[in-house]
Amino acid sequence: MRSRIVRYVFLAMAGLSFPVGATDVNTAMLVNTCVGCHGPNGSSLGPATPTIAGMSKYAFIKAMQEGKSNQRPMTTIMGRIARGYTDEQIEMMADYFSKQEFVRYPQQFDAKKVKHGAHLHNEYCESCHRYEGRKDEHDSGILAGQWMPYLKISLSEFMTTDRPSPTKMTKRMEYMVKFHGEESLDDLVHFYGSQQ
Amino acid sequence: MSNITRRHFLTITAGTAAASMVSFPFIAAAAKKQVLVIGGGSGGAIAAKYLRMADPTIEVTIIEQNKHYYSCFMSNEVLSGERTIESIKFGYDGLSKYGIKMAYGRALAIDPDTKKVRLEDGRRLAYDRLILSPGVDFKWDAIDGYDESVIEKIPHAWKAGQQTVILRKQLEAMKDGGTVIISAPPKPFRCPPGPYERASQIAHYLKHHKPKSKVLILDANQAFSKQALFTQGWEKLYGYGTDNSLIEWIPSDQGGKVVSVDADEMTVYAGEFEDEHTADVINVIPPHRAAKIAVETGLTNESGWCPVNEKTFESSLQKDIYVIGDACTTKMPKSAYAANSQAKVCAEAIVADMQGREMAVPSYLNTCYSIVGEDFGISVAAIYHLEDGKIAPIKGSGGVSPLDASAENRKNEVIYAHGWFENITHEMFK
Repeated sequence: MRSRIVRYVFLAMAGLSFPVGATDVNTAMLVNTCVGCHGPNGSSLGPATPTIAGMSKYAFIKAMQEGKSNQRPMTTIMGRIARGYTDEQIEMMADYFSKQEFVRYPQQFDAKKVKHGAHLHNEYCESCHRYEGRKDEHDSGILAGQWMPYLKISLSEFMTTDRPSPTKMTKRMEYMVKFHGEESLDDLVHFYGSQQ
Repeated sequence: MSNITRRHFLTITAGTAAASMVSFPFIAAAAKKQVLVIGGGSGGAIAAKYLRMADPTIEVTIIEQNKHYYSCFMSNEVLSGERTIESIKFGYDGLSKYGIKMAYGRALAIDPDTKKVRLEDGRRLAYDRLILSPGVDFKWDAIDGYDESVIEKIPHAWKAGQQTVILRKQLEAMKDGGTVIISAPPKPFRCPPGPYERASQIAHYLKHHKPKSKVLILDANQAFSKQALFTQGWEKLYGYGTDNSLIEWIPSDQGGKVVSVDADEMTVYAGEFEDEHTADVINVIPPHRAAKIAVETGLTNESGWCPVNEKTFESSLQKDIYVIGDACTTKMPKSAYAANSQAKVCAEAIVADMQGREMAVPSYLNTCYSIVGEDFGISVAAIYHLEDGKIAPIKGSGGVSPLDASAENRKNEVIYAHGWFENITHEMFK
């Protein structure tokens, strides 16, 4: 699976070149089908539909391929939708959304949980989700400012199902819940959701 | 365009034609490419916006009869009291930042020969291309005793707004132990899962406020959208299939098709033997056809809907007129997201043609959620491409929520449904 994804990304980078600043019409046609649900240029208005702007190409392609092959059990509609697009079309979408700015909207959070979540993030997550989860330099998706119900669903999916995740991440999450309890997951959600 | 329609147009335009030319010199000059859009709903508003975003040299005007738009989607949640009517109300001010002009008024007639649209107030607007996204009208002669004169007493509530409020008030005023009838129209109609989501949302309200009451769906069809999932939800939430069920469904072969309505007696007659059903609240959703203006412009065929070139949405019957959304007939359902997706394809087709280039390979999508009740959401999706000139679903993709989905997934689909609503309305109006 991983090598397949890597190959797609490589092909995408090598094969597709669009004029700078302009989206080619075929890419626009494809991403237009996404933004009705995922918001303008992929930044969702919430309350749960995730923002897909700013995702690295690898993370986007991985998410779509995992959706296609039913590897993300808590995905509701996206698996069915991902199966409607070819690998090449998914690459085109990935390329576009990776270049869009992640727009953050205010969310309701609990300041105490945010504080606790910040500590947990530094201890367990920061080494991969760098800069408080604001960037996607390790192809891990952007967490800061993501819609909280979505973060909650995703964390729950990692904990309770076999959604693919790096071994290190699974272990760290297990440690965290073991030492800090189930509510530590919620603290992380509030920490990421609080960020502007 | 038929002779009658053309004559009709000429009659009503002749009187004010000269005045209009003076009043709207910018239209007469027509230096820029003019696109008119009739209907500012989920098709029209999006088409206008995408035209302007793709090519700001195109002048785009939306002709819309209402100052405010009430979305049909999520209006069933107004019926259950889960949301307010204000939460589904939108204005068009946000479209001005895209340079879209609004012409408030009712479009009365289109003359495809002179390429002008005449409004009820006498204005005449010229176009190079016309996009029609007018939605549906009801066949008022289809059910005996049910026409526009009784919709205050027996609302259809199938165009949201005042009608939604009337039905909600009737439900609130109803006694516990009352019966609500929903008459579902024959296919095809706007929002295929809509009548069943409506039954669900009303049952949700009754369950918590009037538990001795009942919703009776009289259906002109034998089967319906997401049926297995609705049935599962009804069994779980509303005792469906038991003696105390809050919902009862009568398909057409068991006498479900409503043939007449007696508003004074609050009675409907249904099925081949005209079984009598009396109720406290009656919601008749009449059979549909394409909006009147599409019919009168000669854009419909024998089906009552508008056939189109499915790559561009240009009418098969009139040049330079495009029909999107509920009024056109393709493999796609009559849903908000389908209209949204068609609008984007149509806008690209027009822009490409005006710019003299090849249009993009069209891609179409539909997503549609239904909220069956508390923590119970279901969805359907379909991705389409063009196959031999026709819109066809891509094999192996799309479909409805799985029957064996976890309770967690059903719950998540409710919040995703609300996310769908937030994002699609933002795209339309902001």
